[in-house]
Amino acid sequence: MLLRTPFYDFHLAAGAKMVPFAGWEMPLLYRGIVEEHNHTRAAGSMFDVSHMGRLHITGKDAIALLNLVLTRNVEQQRVGQSRYSLICNPAGGVIDDVIVSKDVKNWLVVCNASNRDAVVKQFTQVRDERGINAQIADQTQSTAMVALQGPKIIDEIADMLPVEVRDLKRYGFETGIYMMSRISVFRSGYTGEDGAELIFSAGLVNGMFKRLAERMLDSDSIIKPAGLGARDTLRLEASMPLYGHELNDNTDPLSAGLQWAVDLNKDFIGCQPLRGIAQHGPSRKLVGLELAERRIARQATPVLAGQTVIGQVCSGTFAPTLHKSIAMAYVDAKYSPVGTELSIDFKGSVIPAKVVTMPFYRRSNPG
Amino acid sequence: MPVPEDRRYLKSHEWHKLAGDIVTVGITQFAADELTDVTYVKLPAIGAKVSADTSWGEIESVKATSDLYIGVSGTVVEANTELNNNPGVVNNDPYNGGWMIKVKIADTAQFNALLSASDYLKATGHE
Repeated sequence: MLLRTPFYDFHLAAGAKMVPFAGWEMPLLYRGIVEEHNHTRAAGSMFDVSHMGRLHITGKDAIALLNLVLTRNVEQQRVGQSRYSLICNPAGGVIDDVIVSKDVKNWLVVCNASNRDAVVKQFTQVRDERGINAQIADQTQSTAMVALQGPKIIDEIADMLPVEVRDLKRYGFETGIYMMSRISVFRSGYTGEDGAELIFSAGLVNGMFKRLAERMLDSDSIIKPAGLGARDTLRLEASMPLYGHELNDNTDPLSAGLQWAVDLNKDFIGCQPLRGIAQHGPSRKLVGLELAERRIARQATPVLAGQTVIGQVCSGTFAPTLHKSIAMAYVDAKYSPVGTELSIDFKGSVIPAKVVTMPFYRRSNPG
Repeated sequence: MPVPEDRRYLKSHEWHKLAGDIVTVGITQFAADELTDVTYVKLPAIGAKVSADTSWGEIESVKATSDLYIGVSGTVVEANTELNNNPGVVNNDPYNGGWMIKVKIADTAQFNALLSASDYLKATGHE
C-alpha cells in the first residue's frame, strides 16, 4: 500500500499523473515535464516534497550523535541555520545526503524518502551502541513539506508567511506561527533557483494551503504545480546529486566532489577511509558531460576514452533550459579535467561528449 | 482517448496508415503521453529493410527510452527528418506531423491483419 501525502487530493484536482516513488504515490507531472521545468525557471513552481523524511533529534547529547553520524561538524551551527551533509557507512560510502537544521528545541534532519528507514536505523544504532543521550522522532507523516522555487516565488509568497522570508539568507530558516500551528520557512531548494521550502503540520494543508491551491489552478497563475519529472531535470541542470544516481553505498563523497560538506578534522563514521582517499586523491571523479547530439545518456551507460571504457553515466537528460543533452558521470580521475574529449556508447553508436564545468546551469541573478 | 479509425495498430502503440503500397508509421497519443516530452527519435536510413515485430528505431523522452516497432515488412522510402529539429511534434501532433517513417510493402495482407482502432483500445485496456 503506497503512502499518500496531505496534498493527494490537490494532485488529483490539478490533473497530476501519479506514480509510485519510494513507497509514496507522487505526482510525476501535471501539464508536462518540460513545460513545468520552464515555468520554474521563468516564474515559479510548487513541488510537494512531503515524501521526504523529517526527523527530529533532541536530547542532552544530540550534538554528539549528529557529529558521529554526519560528515559535517554541527558544533558551531546556530539556531536558524541549515547545512547540507552526508551520512556515511564505515567504509565511507554514502547512506544518504541530508539537510540538517538547528531549531530552538530540536535538530531537524531532512532525508531522502527512499532512505528514511536506513537513516533512522543509523541514528538509532549509533546512539544505542555508544549509549548517547538523544531521542529520534520521525515526524514525516505528521507534517507536510513543499518546495516553492523560481525567480518570482519570494515576492509571491512573502505576504502570506508569518516570517520575513526576504530577510532569510540562503540556507537560513525561521519558524513562525500560522493559525496556531508552527510553520518553518527555509531559504533553500533543489532546482538552482531562488525559493523557499516550507514545513508545517499536515493539518494545515486544508487551511492555509487551500487558498494558494485554488489560485494555482488558474491558467494565468504565477505559481503552478510541478512534479517529480521537472524536479529531476531542474536538479540535473543545477548539477545537484541525487541519491541512487550520483550517490550510493559504494560511492564516497570526495569522489562526488562534496569535500566541502565533509569535515575530516573531526571523528565520524566513515572518516578513516575518507582520510585515506583525501590523502591520495579519489581514483574516479564525478564530472559534467555535454553530448554532441540530442540523445539522452541514461544511468549506467558506458563512457569511453578512445575505445576504452573509463566510466559510466549516473544521470542524463536533454536539458530544457540549455537545449543540450547533458549528463553526470563517474570517470577515471585523469579524464576529469574540463575540456577532456570523451564519448558515450549508446549500444554501439558512439557519440562525442566533452567534460564541462558544473553546474551546467547557474541562475543569472543569484539572491 | 479515441484513436483514428483510418489506420491499424500494434499493441506496442504504433499506428500504420496505408496509401497504395506505402505504409506510414507513428505512435499513438497514448504512447506519446506515457513517454512525456519526446527529445529524440532514432530514424532508419532510406532503403533500410524493416520487418514485423523487429525494432527499427528508438524514441527517447525526458522520462524513458523505448524501442519502436512496425507490424509490416518492407523498405523505408522516407523518414520524417523534421523530428531531428523538433521531436516535440510527436507529443503535439502524433497522428499527422509526428509521423516517423514511410515503408513500401509487398503484401497488404500483413497490414490488414493488424489491430483495428477498437481492437487496439481493447488490447491496451483504454476502451
